[in-house]
Parts: sequence; C-alpha cells; structure tokens
Amino acid sequence: MNVPDGLFYTKEHEWIRIEDNLGTIGITDYAQDALGDVTFVELPKIGDSIRQFEAFASVESVKAVSDVYAPVSGKIIKINEGLLKSPELINQSPYGEGWMVVIEIADEKEKKDLMSASEYRKYLEGIE
Amino acid sequence: MSYVPHTKEEVEEMLKVIGVSSIEELFKDIGPALRPKSFNLPEGKSEFEVKEHLERLSLKNNTSVINFVGGGFYDHYIPSVVDALASRSEFYTSYTPYQPECSQGILQAMYEYQTAICTLTDMDVSNASLYDGGTALCEAVMMSLRITERNKIIIDGGINPIYKNMLFSYTTNLPIDLIKISPHIGQTKRDEIYRHLDEKTAAVILQNPNFFGTIDDHSDIVERAHSLGALVIESVYPISLGLIKTPGSMDVDIVTGEGQSLGIPLSFGGPYLGFLACKREFLRKMPGRIVGETVDKEGKRGFVLTLQTREQHIRRQKATSNICTNSALCALRAVIFLSILGKNGLTELSKLNYEKSEFTKDLLKNTPGVKVINSPTFNEFTVFLKRNANEVVNNMIDKGIAAGLPLGRFYKGMENYLLIAVTEKRKKEEILRFSEVLNDAINL
Repeated sequence: MNVPDGLFYTKEHEWIRIEDNLGTIGITDYAQDALGDVTFVELPKIGDSIRQFEAFASVESVKAVSDVYAPVSGKIIKINEGLLKSPELINQSPYGEGWMVVIEIADEKEKKDLMSASEYRKYLEGIE
Repeated sequence: MSYVPHTKEEVEEMLKVIGVSSIEELFKDIGPALRPKSFNLPEGKSEFEVKEHLERLSLKNNTSVINFVGGGFYDHYIPSVVDALASRSEFYTSYTPYQPECSQGILQAMYEYQTAICTLTDMDVSNASLYDGGTALCEAVMMSLRITERNKIIIDGGINPIYKNMLFSYTTNLPIDLIKISPHIGQTKRDEIYRHLDEKTAAVILQNPNFFGTIDDHSDIVERAHSLGALVIESVYPISLGLIKTPGSMDVDIVTGEGQSLGIPLSFGGPYLGFLACKREFLRKMPGRIVGETVDKEGKRGFVLTLQTREQHIRRQKATSNICTNSALCALRAVIFLSILGKNGLTELSKLNYEKSEFTKDLLKNTPGVKVINSPTFNEFTVFLKRNANEVVNNMIDKGIAAGLPLGRFYKGMENYLLIAVTEKRKKEEILRFSEVLNDAINL
C-alpha cells in the first residue's frame, strides 16, 4: 500500500495535505483498494462548513456507498469537479488527481488527532 | 398438515435455548397496562365454515352498479390477456427476487415497465414501481428536499386530498414548511403559487388533471420555479397521457402517479401501483429498485438490479427511502396492459374517455338543477347540484348507479358538489339513464 510521507491520516482512511492554513483532502490507497471501482462521488458545495470526523462527502463503488469523514474542521474553498465526470481518478491516483476538496482549516490544533504516515502504516498492519 | 405455527414442545425448546423459563418471563418487561386485555378471537372453524362466512361477507359488495366514481381510481376495462399472462407461475413465483439476476424474466418485464413509464410521461428514468400513487408523491417530495437542500414545499389546491393526507402523515416530524394552496376547481391559480414561490422553495406539487378533473398546461409554472432553483413535481393520470400534454414536455422534474388504471382492478385498499419517473440528473436521488440492461460475460443481453447502493440493505439509515417494496406484480399488469394497447391504442382509449365525458357533460348542461363547472377536463368533471350531493348519490345507488364522489366528504362548504368520472366502459344508454336518474334524484 502506498502511504506517502508528509500527509496526515485518519482511522477512516482519509488523508490531508496541510500547507499553511489550507488542507487538501482525499481517500487513501488502502481505501480505494478496499472499495473497488469507484462509480460516483458526491462532493459538498464551496462555502460549506465541515467538522472534524463528520461525514462531508460520499464515494460510491459497485459494492457500497461510503461516507468520507473530515480529518479536520474547516470551510470548503475548492472541490475537484473532475471527479464528477471521472470518478475512477480516485482509483488511479488517490493522492494526486483523485483529491476531493480543499478546505480552509479552522483549527490547526485538531492535527494532533491525526496519524503521521509511519503511524498510519502501523495502523494498516494492525488491520491486515 | 397442521397450520399451528409452534407446538407446545417447540415453544419449550425455544425458551430453553434462550434461557427463560416461561412465556410470561420472556415478556415480563412489558407492563400489564401495555398488554391487550384479550385478543377476542373466536373459536376455530372448519374450511367449509370459513368459506361460507367469507362468501356471505362478499355478497355485501355491490359490483353490479353502473360506476361514475373516480377521484384517482377509475373503472377501466381490463383485457383478459392481462390476467392470463400476469397469473403465470413463472412470474408469480419470482415476483420478489432475492437473487434477482436468477430471474431474468421478471427483471426484463420490470425493465420494459420502466421503459413504458418513461415513454408515457416523456421522462428519462423510472424506478421499478412503488406502493401507490400517494406514496410515490410522498417519495418525490422527499427527493426534492434531498436534491435542493431546501425545505419549503408548495402544494397546489388541485392535489388529491387522499395524497395530501398521506403527505402530511409522511412529513409530520420533519422540519419542513408545507404551504397549502386552497382547493380550486379550475386551472391552477398562478398568482397564489407565485406569492409563495421563492429561493427557499424545494418544490411545487401539481396534479394534472387536478382532483376536480381540470386539465392544465403547467409549463409557465415550471419555468418560473426553475428560475428560482425550485423543482416541479407533477402527479398524473396515465390514461390521460394518450391525449393531453405530457409532464416531460412541460419540463417537469419528477412525475408520479397511480397506475391502477393500467390493468389493475378496483379494490378497497389495493394492491395498487405507484409510478415515479424523473430527469436523468436526479437518478441517484430516486428511491426504489431500478432494473438496468447489461451484457453477460458472453456478450449476451441481460438484466440486473442496478444502483442498489442507494437502497436500504446497503446504505442503511442513509438510504434514499425506507420503503424497499415495489409493486412488481401490479407493474407487470401495467406493462402487459400498455403493450397490448400500444401507442395508437392508448390514444384511442384516451379519446374514448374524453368524448364520453364531454357527451355526459353536454347532457348534464341541459339537466335542470345541475350546473356543470366550466373548465377544460379529460374524463372527469365537477358539477354543482341543487341538492346535497351525498343525498343524491345515496338515492341513486338504490337505482343501480354509483353517481360519483360527493366533494363534501373532503371539503367543507362543497356539500353540493359532485365529481363525476366517465370511462370508456360507460355505454351510451348507461349515460342516458344516468342523466335521467340524476334528474329524478335532484328534482324529486
């Protein structure tokens, strides 16, 4: 499983890349692999507020619809509209073109509730 | 074979497994106040006695009257082929498939049904049916709330009062703002709708023909609603669509209706058929089952239940609806009915209904004590009587005619109004007799 350094991770298999007060959010390689072919993505609207560990989007695969939870709280400032037409980007490039939203982070301190890449790798070993 | 569900021994065995000593102990958490005093069940009877009892009850039904009652459910002719095909055991035994793809026949029938509903309404997608016209309308309202993320619903005064009651019951615990436009026999009052229509409105609900029989072209209301980001839901009468403008051509967003008129017999309480169709962009917000066409690994055409991830067995509390049942056998009857009629047959049937209704209207215009309310109609219309409509109807039943639906049952102040439906089944002599008997009943 690909778990890039420098990102932060949740137990629900979301990642966030933090740059200053902005965070880019997506689902991990493990998550896309477990879901199988993603057929539809439902994204929030620009301007929506999201709260840490609450569902803000959903990803539909042939097997299930799964909620995507916010790694930290904030306000949506950008959504990846490419996913609406090409949801398979999530499978092909979960950390790249498959990103889902960019948020303005409300509280930097919430970061402490997330895992680093090495912690997430260990967490995945525990699951498998 | 005994039909006793559990023998004493079985009950004891089950109690032992779960570790309680008696039935009394099993239910001890339910206080005496909450328990029924008695189930008041009579002694058991033999098959012969039960059959006799049921036959005696069935004699209380009066099925020989000449029927002019509508109000959402109509007395249409059902060709014999509908019963012959729909009662085949291949369909009966597979109607609720738990391994759906094993039952390709019923899936194909449902797929054809969806296609027929889309063709009839001019919409993009249809589900595989819902309980009845009322629940379909309620589900459309829930859909509009999900799609728009708004919470105001405007209900036109021409919506069937039975559907309205169902909607109030469905939404009673939801934080939504239901605006009720007052009942109006003629075409939809635009100004009343527009007074409430704004950027908080999720949907406007219309019915065509409306409950009082009036037909309308709602295109202007749809356009206005869309300009404010609101949706339009329209409940329709399928037989009328052979003649009047389709909801799709008015750019309506979600269409629902009662499918009873498509080959399903009238009965007290159903089973009936709800249909729901919408624009393609709302597909994922649509409740219920959907059958899709695909190819198998050898490239042959086949059918599957598709988009099941919206449904309760997968999405749990976030499912699009908590009703998972469709009316598969009723939908099957509808698709048989429609395919037997074909496009031209349906148009002809529509015309017959319209013409017979217009003939009846003309006759009643010359009946003293009857005032036909002036508005464009399909096969049902409202009249004002000199006498209480309920009394007139009761009087005419004794002469073998079910004269219509007295509107006082639903609306205060409309005690003298009668809603009259005339289907293709009404023969000229029956209509002539109807007007004579009505004349007698009013002018006694």
